[in-house]
Amino acid sequence: MREGLPALKEIDFSTFFATRWYPIEDLFGIIPLISGSLIVTIFSMLIALPFGIGTAIYIGEIAPQKVNEILKPLVEILAGIPSVVLGFIGILVLSPAMRVGLNLPTGLTALTGAVLLALISIPTIVSLTEDAFYAVPGSYRQAAYALGATHWQVIWHVVIPAARSGILNAVMLGIGRSLGETMAVMMVTGNAPTIFSGLESFIAPVRTMTATIASEMGEVATGSVHYHILFFIGIILFLFSLVINITSSSFSARPKRGNDQVVS
Amino acid sequence: MEGKAFGTLLLIISFICLPACGQNKPVDSNNAGSEPSATYIENKGSDTLVNLALAWAEEYQKRFPEIQISVTGGGSGTGFAALINGTIDIANASRGIKQEEIDSARELGFEPVEHIVANDAIAVIINPTNPVEKLTLDQVSRIYKGEITNWQDVGGEDRPIVKLSRETNSGTHVYFLETVVRLGSKEDISIFSRDTLLLPSSEGIISEVRDNPNAIGYDGLGYVTEDVKMVALAPKAGDAYILPAAATVINGTYPISRHLFMVTRGQPQGIQQKYLEWIISDDAQAIVAELGFVPVLGE
Repeated sequence: MREGLPALKEIDFSTFFATRWYPIEDLFGIIPLISGSLIVTIFSMLIALPFGIGTAIYIGEIAPQKVNEILKPLVEILAGIPSVVLGFIGILVLSPAMRVGLNLPTGLTALTGAVLLALISIPTIVSLTEDAFYAVPGSYRQAAYALGATHWQVIWHVVIPAARSGILNAVMLGIGRSLGETMAVMMVTGNAPTIFSGLESFIAPVRTMTATIASEMGEVATGSVHYHILFFIGIILFLFSLVINITSSSFSARPKRGNDQVVS
Repeated sequence: MEGKAFGTLLLIISFICLPACGQNKPVDSNNAGSEPSATYIENKGSDTLVNLALAWAEEYQKRFPEIQISVTGGGSGTGFAALINGTIDIANASRGIKQEEIDSARELGFEPVEHIVANDAIAVIINPTNPVEKLTLDQVSRIYKGEITNWQDVGGEDRPIVKLSRETNSGTHVYFLETVVRLGSKEDISIFSRDTLLLPSSEGIISEVRDNPNAIGYDGLGYVTEDVKMVALAPKAGDAYILPAAATVINGTYPISRHLFMVTRGQPQGIQQKYLEWIISDDAQAIVAELGFVPVLGE
């Protein structure tokens, strides 16, 4: 806070909300950076949520035990891969594949970053969602079956609504993870400060706030304008996480536990 | 049960305290401009210079085992910032020091002194399958400003041009901006186009250029590998097109070459002075040539 707030005094608002980031010529427009972070995070969630929640439903409710014994460790392994390693895989494998497969000028794009971020967030989402399903009392399911529901109807209409707050929690954590990821995006998004301008922006290079702080913090002189701005970007990141957390707590309505016994 | 809990607590507390006891930092390198350390030199800055600085450090330490030299990269800007903050002894730079940096140094009571330790050429590199062989500096400048966007316009195939660059903290970036994008003019304030990809390392640039037929990049001669293609450059249309090499840098025909510096706080003394003197001797300059740079004595 102390390091970031002076930025507000030193730069007037019009420069701040300008659209060009080029610090060595005193162009400090942060809009491209915010745009970059948002594009990559939103897109990664569009990929990660269906896959993550779907996998959790499969593991928790549908798959036989034998399949689970293979699938769960696989998810854990994915969680254990360091983000730098995923970044390398991104540069060497994913990026050329994107370029050739989608006929793009370059494979270093927001989409590539989003795919990597999805891979990073999926294990978090899967385990938290699975825990949420596990916490739904067995009596709910049994009651639904007793009323004649099919397996799928039980999952869709009983278990998921009951686990609503846990799933939301998983989603929020996934978003937070994506927003804060630095190394993987720094290596594959191209770091060009472009601004969102329609659908083509997803397959264009972007520059995230996290990559900017990581790349530029080393060279700034302590106390300079650039230094304060970088801290201010950190404050903005923090505010984003705060908003996400507040949104999630305002939505989560914990289901009241009645007198039914929890079947262990 | 209680004893067991207490024992665990004790164990946890001792683990927390252990790292604090063991710290034994090497000789204090936080010079406030007074006596430098007697056996330790801390060297930081340009990524262009880092391999060369490492090779020098290793060779020097072999000959004088009592001296320890530590070398890190981070970019010329990072090196200058650290020199000004007082955390290192020698900054490596692939660009000259800026006026703001000189001013900051003077405010803190010292005069930064630059020593030329080698020369370097910046090579413009493209994918080996790209048919283009030569470009003028003006064409390169317009490509990087975003005015030329298709390889067709400079004699190549019908492909979009993907521009690669180092990050803004890199001396190589700043040098390229001043010499090529702005064509050496001090009044020109043009900058790289918005969609220039800023990659965090030279290796990132080589990797993308090697792989992507649309790519154009630039890098120090010492980093160019066999699997990318260098472009012959001419200062203006009508001049001869020259490929970068040690010979063309020394005889001045290659248009983008530069000095590489090591910068000290004031005039170097003691072991720093000896180290810098060794660096411009023939033995050390032989290492310069081995690594693909151009020796100082060639001038």
